[in-house]
Amino acid sequence: MICKRMTCILCPNGCELEARYTAAPSPDGILVVGNLCPKGIDYAVEELTDPKRTLTTSVLVRHGVQPQTSVKTATPVPRDVLIAARRVLLQLSLDAPVAIGDIVSPSIAETGVAVVVTRAVARRS
Amino acid sequence: MSTHVREADVVIIGGGPAGLAAGAAAAGDGARVVLIDRNRSLGGILNQCIHDGFGLHAFGETLTGPEFAARYVRQALDAGVETHTDTLVTDLTSARELTCSSHGSRYRLRGRSIILAMGCRERTRGMLRIPGSRPAGVLTAGTAQWLTNMANVRVGRRIVILGSGDIGLIMARRLIWEGAEVLGVLELLPYPSGLPRNITQCLEDYDIPLHLSHSVTCIHGQERLEGVTVSQFDERRRPIPGTDREIACDTLLLSVGLIPENELSRRAGVSLDSTTSGAVVDHRYMTTIDGVFSCGNVLHIHDLADWAAQEGARAGHSAAAFAGSDAASQRDPVVPVLAGDGIRYVVPQSVTRASEELLLSFRVTVPDRQRTAVVTAGGRCFASQRLARTHPATMVQLDVRCPGGLDAQHLEVHLA
Repeated sequence: MICKRMTCILCPNGCELEARYTAAPSPDGILVVGNLCPKGIDYAVEELTDPKRTLTTSVLVRHGVQPQTSVKTATPVPRDVLIAARRVLLQLSLDAPVAIGDIVSPSIAETGVAVVVTRAVARRS
Repeated sequence: MSTHVREADVVIIGGGPAGLAAGAAAAGDGARVVLIDRNRSLGGILNQCIHDGFGLHAFGETLTGPEFAARYVRQALDAGVETHTDTLVTDLTSARELTCSSHGSRYRLRGRSIILAMGCRERTRGMLRIPGSRPAGVLTAGTAQWLTNMANVRVGRRIVILGSGDIGLIMARRLIWEGAEVLGVLELLPYPSGLPRNITQCLEDYDIPLHLSHSVTCIHGQERLEGVTVSQFDERRRPIPGTDREIACDTLLLSVGLIPENELSRRAGVSLDSTTSGAVVDHRYMTTIDGVFSCGNVLHIHDLADWAAQEGARAGHSAAAFAGSDAASQRDPVVPVLAGDGIRYVVPQSVTRASEELLLSFRVTVPDRQRTAVVTAGGRCFASQRLARTHPATMVQLDVRCPGGLDAQHLEVHLA
C-alpha cells in the first residue's frame, strides 16, 4: 500500500488529503481520506494520474488604455504544458478593445482548451 | 475651492471589493450613494490579482481577480451608485464631510453616512529595518505584481522572496512563468503564513524551497541588488550565529504583512484597535463616530476578497439604514466582545443587548489542530464550531444567534 499526502488546491480550505493505492495509481483504485467535500476525491485522483492547473497570465494589447490584459485557460490544463502555453501567449498581441471572455487562442498548446480574456481594455482615443 | 457642499445619503471611500459591495447594498436599499476611488478604474487591487481562486463563496465558481472585480463593479453601477474615479479624498471630518481632489479641482461632499473602504498597503523594507545598502531591486510583492501584470515591466531574473504571505507565493509562480529563477522563500516564523493551497501550487509545483525560521540579515549591492545574507532564526526571533550564508540575486520581494490604510480615519478621529490596526466597530460595522462605517481590509486584514465583499455588503446595509433614520440616538446598550484564550482579535469589538443575529470574524494566536471555537455570554454558550486546523493566517467566521438578545456584561470568543 502506498500512502501519498497532498493539499487540495480547489478552495481556500486546503484540505490535507491522503491517497492510498497499490502499485501504480489508477482512477478506480485510489482511496482518498481527509477531504471535507466530494471534490477532494476527484482532485486527488486527478493529481495522481493527470495533474492539471489553470494558467493565468497576461497578453499584450495594441492601442489600448493599458499595455496588456490578463488571460486564463478556460479550464485547467495539464501541469506539464503551462510553461509551453505561456511561451505561445508571449508571441501574441490583441487589438483593443477587448472584453472579458474574448477568445485569445481556441486551443492553447494543443490541449483543446481555450485561453480567454479576464479583463476588459478600452481602445485609446 | 467652492464653498458649496454636495450632499449624499452614503459616501464610500474606496472602490475595491468592500466598497463596491457596500455601494451595491446601500443603493439597493434606496440610498443615494457616491463612491470615490483614487484609481482610474474601479476594482481596487483585484485588477492586478490576475490569478484565479476568487469568488468560490460569493459566486460559487472560481474567478480571477479582474473578473471578480468586474462583477461587483456591475452590481454597483446597476444599483445606481455614482462613481468618482481618479479622485483622492484629502480630508474627512467627524461631521462626515470630505474634501476631494480630482484633476486639479477640489470639492466637498457630505454624507449622512460614510463608509471607509480604503483597503490596506504592504509593509516595506523600512518597516523591517533590514541592514545593508539601498540598491534598486528591493520591492514589495504587490509592487512586483503591479509591474508584471499591469505595466508589462520585468522585475528581475534571480529572485528571493522574504515572507510567505499569499501575494509572495502567487508572485513566485508568476515570475517562474515569466522566465525568472525563484531561489527561495524565507519565513521568519516556524510556519508559513500563506494558504496551504498556495504552498502546493506556487512553491511545490516548481520545487521552490521554503526556508522556515529564516530571514534576510543584510542587503548587498550599490546600483542594483547583488545579493542577500540569510540566517536561521531562533524561537525568540534572533539570528543564530554561524548559520548565515549569502544568496546572489538581483531582486528581493517582500511579502511580510499588510497594514490597514487608516490615515483618513485618524484625521476624522475614529478610534483604532491596536491589534487589527483598523477601526473599533459595533455589530453594524459603525466606528466610534456616529454614521461612519468601516469594512474590508481597512477594518481588518482578510484572507479572501469574498469575505471583504461580504463585510462591505453588511456595512452598506447598515449605512443606508443609518442615513434613512433619524440618527440622533442610534446607540443601544453596548456589550463588549472579548478575545479570550487562544484568540488574537474579534471583529466587531462590540454588539448590543438587542443583537439577535451576529457574524463574528476572528483569528487564533497559534497554529493547532482539533480545537473548538466557543462563543459565550453571561455563562451561556451561544455558538461553537469544531476547527480541524487552526492557523493565525486563517480568519474564522461564526454566525451567532441569540434569540431574545444578550443579557450579559460581555460576549467572549475562546478556544476550547
